[in-house]
Amino acid sequence: MLIGALRARLERLGGTVTSAIWRLGFASRFLFYLMVHSGTALHRFRLTVTQIYFAGVLSLVIILVSGLFVGMVLALQGYETLQRFGASESLGVLVALSLVRELGPVVAGLLFASRAGSAITAEIGLMKATEQISAMEMMAVDPIARVVAPRFWGGVISMPLLAALFSASGIFGGYLVGVQLIGVDAGAFWSQMQAAVDWNHDIMNGVIKSVVFGVAVTWIAVFEGYDAPPTAEGVSRATTRTVVTSSLAILALDFVLTALMFTGGNGK
Amino acid sequence: MNRSTIDLWVGVFVAAGLGGLLFLALKVGNLASFSTADSYTVNAKFANIGGLKERGPVKSAGVVVGRVAGIRFDGESYEAIVTMNLEAKYQFPRDTTAKILTSGILGEQYVGLEAGGDGMMLKNGDRLRLTQSAVVLENLISQFLFSKAAEGKPQEK
Repeated sequence: MLIGALRARLERLGGTVTSAIWRLGFASRFLFYLMVHSGTALHRFRLTVTQIYFAGVLSLVIILVSGLFVGMVLALQGYETLQRFGASESLGVLVALSLVRELGPVVAGLLFASRAGSAITAEIGLMKATEQISAMEMMAVDPIARVVAPRFWGGVISMPLLAALFSASGIFGGYLVGVQLIGVDAGAFWSQMQAAVDWNHDIMNGVIKSVVFGVAVTWIAVFEGYDAPPTAEGVSRATTRTVVTSSLAILALDFVLTALMFTGGNGK
Repeated sequence: MNRSTIDLWVGVFVAAGLGGLLFLALKVGNLASFSTADSYTVNAKFANIGGLKERGPVKSAGVVVGRVAGIRFDGESYEAIVTMNLEAKYQFPRDTTAKILTSGILGEQYVGLEAGGDGMMLKNGDRLRLTQSAVVLENLISQFLFSKAAEGKPQEK
């Protein structure tokens, strides 16, 4: 009796693990197939441009406004702490380094996952549910090359640009609060920032992070959409999973990338 | 929405993104507002400038009156030459003293000007003769220790 219940539990656990590994394998094969068949997306670049519009341009407002507020909050909080040590001139360094190294790529990635990633999943999932994908296959059009690849590359191209805009907008927000509102010296704000922020070590590492997050988020989004059960419930679940999985992926990848980039004595 | 509009917006987006990256790379623009037209340049030699940086403030009586324009090393006297742009509306006597001071213990360093009593005012390109270097903490500590040691010796005898 007890052994039977235990066995059922173990079987269920095993089933969950196996299906998770199976999905990971399928997702990897899917990514490989996508890479091989993205010739159409790059050859007929207009398809990708349309997707950059949906993933990037339409995310601009939320990215810029969030960046502005994040920078303003950073300046307020940073000033509160720094002025205790008489180092309020270092506010620019604090705002710029936090944004360029961490908050820009991470928060822009999270916003991108919930704004564009969920939309990509829902769109591909609905195309599958309404049998548009099957219809394409029937017409000998490869749906991965025609539908999935342009969305993937559109997302991958948009993400670093959005992260850069987030950081720039955040630094402007920090400047507005720090210099214009609180009255930190403008020259010290910018000159200390310029002295402390390094192009290779800080800005390029931030850009690399945002490219990695862009690949991760759009990969998860297109895969979840393509893998979604063709029902209303299946599509809604896939959309939720996209946001949850890609947020976790961003935060976990961020830890790994930070550990690789900012420890071990590379750079400075 | 037709395609050329989408292309236009994507173009704007990509240009803005690259512009953001450029802004991150250069991070200037703000300082262009401090033009050199309404300012004059003076320079001063310091034995040690400590952590003074270009574009750091030049203050007199705590008020910012200019900016550090350049710092270079003089290979003949082995001293640092600091070039400062002072705002034209602030005139200083020729025997003004320049000191390198620190705001707070951990704060940034700046050039402090202390006006002298000379009737002649500083002109563009003049050199400040009286300067005082930055206080280097290690030197201060070693001076303190040496003076303590010197104090201690007579008592031992």
